[in-house]
Amino acid sequence: MYTLPKNLKLFSIILIVVGLAGIIFGFLTTPKTIDDVKKIMAEQESHHGESHAVAGHEEGETANFVDEARGQEGYSENAMQHATDLKPEGHGAASHEEHVLHQLQTRPWSATFVAAFFFMMLALGALVFYAIQYASQAGWSPVLYRVMEGITSYLLPGSVIVFLIVVFAGTHFYPWQNHELVAEDKILQAKSGYLNFPFFIIRAVIYLLGWNLYRYFSRKNSLAQAETNNYGPYRKNFKASVLFLVFFLLTEATMSWDWFMSMTPHWYSTLFAWYIFASMFVSAITVIALVTIHLKGRGLIPFVSDKHLHDLAKFMFAFSIFWTYLWFGQFMLIWYANIPEEVTYFIIRIQEYKVLFFGMLILNFVFPILVLMNSDYKRIPWFVVIAAVFILVGHYIDIFLLVMPSTVGHNWHFGIPEIGATLFFLGLFIFIVGNGLGKVSLRPKNDPFIRESENYHF
Amino acid sequence: MAATKIHAIYTDDDLLMQAVKQTRAANYHISEVFTPFPVHGLDHAVGLAPTRIAITSFLYGLVGLSVAVAMMNFMMIHDWPQNIGGKPSFTYYQNMPAFIPIMFELTVFFAGHLMVITFYMRSKLWPFKKAENPDVRTTDDHFLMEVDADNHDVEKLTKFLYDTGASEISLIENEQDH
Repeated sequence: MYTLPKNLKLFSIILIVVGLAGIIFGFLTTPKTIDDVKKIMAEQESHHGESHAVAGHEEGETANFVDEARGQEGYSENAMQHATDLKPEGHGAASHEEHVLHQLQTRPWSATFVAAFFFMMLALGALVFYAIQYASQAGWSPVLYRVMEGITSYLLPGSVIVFLIVVFAGTHFYPWQNHELVAEDKILQAKSGYLNFPFFIIRAVIYLLGWNLYRYFSRKNSLAQAETNNYGPYRKNFKASVLFLVFFLLTEATMSWDWFMSMTPHWYSTLFAWYIFASMFVSAITVIALVTIHLKGRGLIPFVSDKHLHDLAKFMFAFSIFWTYLWFGQFMLIWYANIPEEVTYFIIRIQEYKVLFFGMLILNFVFPILVLMNSDYKRIPWFVVIAAVFILVGHYIDIFLLVMPSTVGHNWHFGIPEIGATLFFLGLFIFIVGNGLGKVSLRPKNDPFIRESENYHF
Repeated sequence: MAATKIHAIYTDDDLLMQAVKQTRAANYHISEVFTPFPVHGLDHAVGLAPTRIAITSFLYGLVGLSVAVAMMNFMMIHDWPQNIGGKPSFTYYQNMPAFIPIMFELTVFFAGHLMVITFYMRSKLWPFKKAENPDVRTTDDHFLMEVDADNHDVEKLTKFLYDTGASEISLIENEQDH
């Protein structure tokens, strides 16, 4: 039986308090009027002037990166102009200042959403992994069922928070909710059968109910299995898992269109849903590995051997490559076709977020592939922990890059709102998962495959 | 020097595994084991060193990657600059996304093929090679363990092997040196 260690509990509560202060600070300090924005811009201008002599050369280089790669002067500027035309601010905003004001007011929303979704997707991905184990009747993994169930206990609070954010963010995130904009936009009118507020809410409620109901019933059946001497609860779980996987694949696709792709409603990518799924899945498996190492380190799960850790690390390795494959598949097609309404997505990310954009590729692909390639290293806990830190930081950046360029554009920083939100949700995640792991024995007794799993050997 | 060997034949892979463990525990030297199919964990039981083919595979992959980069850089950029889909082709990195699939394919191609060739060479296999298999039944349903008998009492060793469950034991006197 696991109890969240006292110092870890205290640590998570401190994170929650500090993070909450950061989030509130972020919301309170957004500029309220255009005059505030003018003041901020004047300040930045003078600051910029001072540091210009030092940083000038370097900035000149970054500004032209896309132009240089395209071999076409002024290419990126044209494309970006086009991109802002597609946004509500481009149409409705009276001035550049109003546009900036809107973006600055969006920033705390985006910062909170990035962190809220990132930690929610860890729980959701773990739930999918768990469902796959049941649906495939896997023999190796039942020893990890309680670990996965502990992680998925975060799903309910996490998904409710994400739900509230996407519902109340309104035009901060989703320009298609701006009626004046839709009125003069033929493309958005054509999409309004799907992208309208009531249907948006109905879909979000369906996701929330479906995911949490599966989590509730699978946990209930899994615990009931430990108390009975027939396989009834297990059979129910098998059926529920198969249905959930079908439901999840459909809702995950629409969820990624709803919550991320519709931030830039003119832009679309057919690969997008898979891309989000890859990020979700690899991060979730990484967290399962981390929690397993934590519990193993405390001697609470002696029945989990280094073979199980080896398999989890294999999944981390494989799905890091899978994520890169999808990332590149999406990038290359858009780069190759070079259609203006598609390339803007990548141009703003390369132009304004260059270090994060390319750094993410190194963290999510190069490091995991090099650290986890050797078979023996996959069994060494601290090696897996290093790879896990790379993967989690990398995929946090991935979510950051999904949300920030589409919502706050050029006016992004990594400051108090972003750090505060990350700390808050990290603290909440540790606290809830720690308590979720604690309520029952960590050994899933009476599972039909538990013996096979304990003797797992390859 | 005449190499004396004893061939012990088993009819079951579990029995064979058991026999291999007992024989090694009794400090006899197993020079070879022939099985009709790969027996899980046998390499470990016989005490073979772990394979290094993964390392060669990684190195071959790097060779393939380098070949792909050098080849496309020469063909598409220097020798005859190609205009593909209106993309500027003055440096390699400007066209990199289009080259990545080929870089990947050649990495896999080199790693795969050279690894197979390495495996054949290390196993001393080549076309038209005569089989080294001492008993054709090991290609069907029998398992054969070859034990060095040079410095051992053959009687005692035979008795020992019989006790491990061998169904057939034969003494092989080989005139050539190994």
